[in-house]
Amino acid sequence: MIKVANVSKSYGTTRVLDDVSLSLPKGGLTALIGPNGAGKSTLLSIMARLLSPDAGTVHVDGLDVFATPGAVLARRLAILKQNNQITPRLTVAELVAFGRFPYSRGRLTREDAERVSDAIAYVDLSAVQDRLIDELSGGQRQRAFIAMVLAQDPACLLLDEPLNNLDMKHAAAIMRLLRRAADDLGKTVVVVIHDINFASCHADRIVAMKEGRLILQEAPAAVMRPEVLRAVYDMDIAVHEIAGTRLAAYYR
Amino acid sequence: MAEAGHTRARNVLLLLGFVALLAMASFMTVGARGNWGFVLTLRGGKLAGLVLVGIAVAVSTVLFQTLTENRILTPAVMGFDALYVTLQTLAVFGLGGGAATALDPRLRFFAEAVLLTAAVLALFRWLFDGRRGLHLVVLSGLVFGVLCRGLANLLQRILDPNEFSVLQSMMFTRFNMVDTNLLPVAALIILAACVVAVRLVPVLDVLALGRDAAISLGVDHGRMVKLLIVLVALLVSVSTALVGPVMFFGLLVSNFAYIALGTDRHRYTLPAAALIAIACLAAGQTVLERVLGYDAALSVVIEFGGGIVFILLLLRGARA
Repeated sequence: MIKVANVSKSYGTTRVLDDVSLSLPKGGLTALIGPNGAGKSTLLSIMARLLSPDAGTVHVDGLDVFATPGAVLARRLAILKQNNQITPRLTVAELVAFGRFPYSRGRLTREDAERVSDAIAYVDLSAVQDRLIDELSGGQRQRAFIAMVLAQDPACLLLDEPLNNLDMKHAAAIMRLLRRAADDLGKTVVVVIHDINFASCHADRIVAMKEGRLILQEAPAAVMRPEVLRAVYDMDIAVHEIAGTRLAAYYR
Repeated sequence: MAEAGHTRARNVLLLLGFVALLAMASFMTVGARGNWGFVLTLRGGKLAGLVLVGIAVAVSTVLFQTLTENRILTPAVMGFDALYVTLQTLAVFGLGGGAATALDPRLRFFAEAVLLTAAVLALFRWLFDGRRGLHLVVLSGLVFGVLCRGLANLLQRILDPNEFSVLQSMMFTRFNMVDTNLLPVAALIILAACVVAVRLVPVLDVLALGRDAAISLGVDHGRMVKLLIVLVALLVSVSTALVGPVMFFGLLVSNFAYIALGTDRHRYTLPAAALIAIACLAAGQTVLERVLGYDAALSVVIEFGGGIVFILLLLRGARA
């Protein structure tokens, strides 16, 4: 589904990604974890053609992301970066309608309109769909952007730290939403995430990065072990099993 | 669905259209004496020039602001029209005033427009490679503008006085003396640029979401940026050739349009900014020229107002 082969990227003399190869199957939720500066966001941006790598290739659905026309790829792959700082004055419905741009080029058909209101309902924002984006709370705004990429209906959804600046309630709601998108809608979801406990609770697989390299790709149960977390984060982290889920206590 | 919220924007647009018409009508009629046929022809030419300049400045500014994802930057703040003046000066300097004026003004205009487009593309690539912060970009633009004006000034001092007077007539900001020779060419270019801009309206709305979101939605960002820069450079060439450089006018009209409309859809912001520009120029010129009896002072008034808005925007941007 997503195939990253030998991708390297440097900024000046700093190697941000060092010969990264990664193959993700169709479907499921993948969490990309690792310390700051490990290259997670850079990798995600390259996967979504926002950045071009110095070397290596990325294929989505067998399509080379750097050679395929943008409009074709936009029906297969969408990325949501960390909170857009400036958003134009748009209502929720207008923002979500942009998700249909790859299909309608700005002229919404009846089917597009239906997809838009379905997506808004899916993230539970129907009540505020005519409000302006900048009048919403952080959690609602994040859900509005997720509704936009759901309306875009790509097979692959890449999200760069979607939980940033969200409180516990909203963060958990976003993760449940992404889980449902993977389960009910069959999306391949890749999330860059800092809180490994969210990864442990919601992801099907965890990919860990460190210093520009990919160091492991395992099921959460295999990653959530003190010795593994030590290797990733250089930190002693106790792991407790609570109600069948492994949780890391990294607060001290 | 999304249309319901745009009643205000539509009303504002209607109102602006009405005000612009009123301003144009008063420009044509206020204080007219004598032969109406003569008056209307004379003023009609001037008015056409003002309308074209208004459209060119407004559209180029809105396009540029969408392109740079920034409400403070305008082509003029970035020094594009100063660059145009420098190119003109270089032409007179290189060719000599006689040759420069002997050249068909339309040919000269085309050559200058092409040069400006090339220079602006190069400048833009260097400034917006993603590694420079906004304030540095603004500052570089301002400094670059000063540099261009300084260079133009230096060359003008070295020039022969006769050639200097040729140049002077080409480049001072003069809303009261629009260069009517260029009107047909200017109208054609502006019409073409506006047709392209109108066709791009949906894409412009997507671009306003930011580069990353636009790419994710399938917009070929690199290509769009180049296309928009060419459009902006052409429009700047037209307005500078017609009336000379205007520093803050675009900033003024685009931001008034954003504030008045309550939406950022380009379907509304592009025409609204153009209408505000036309109304400002026609009404301002009527009041200053006919009612108060001054000459060439409109540019001063506009730059004064625009400069204040620029500083306010900078202050607000710095706080946010």
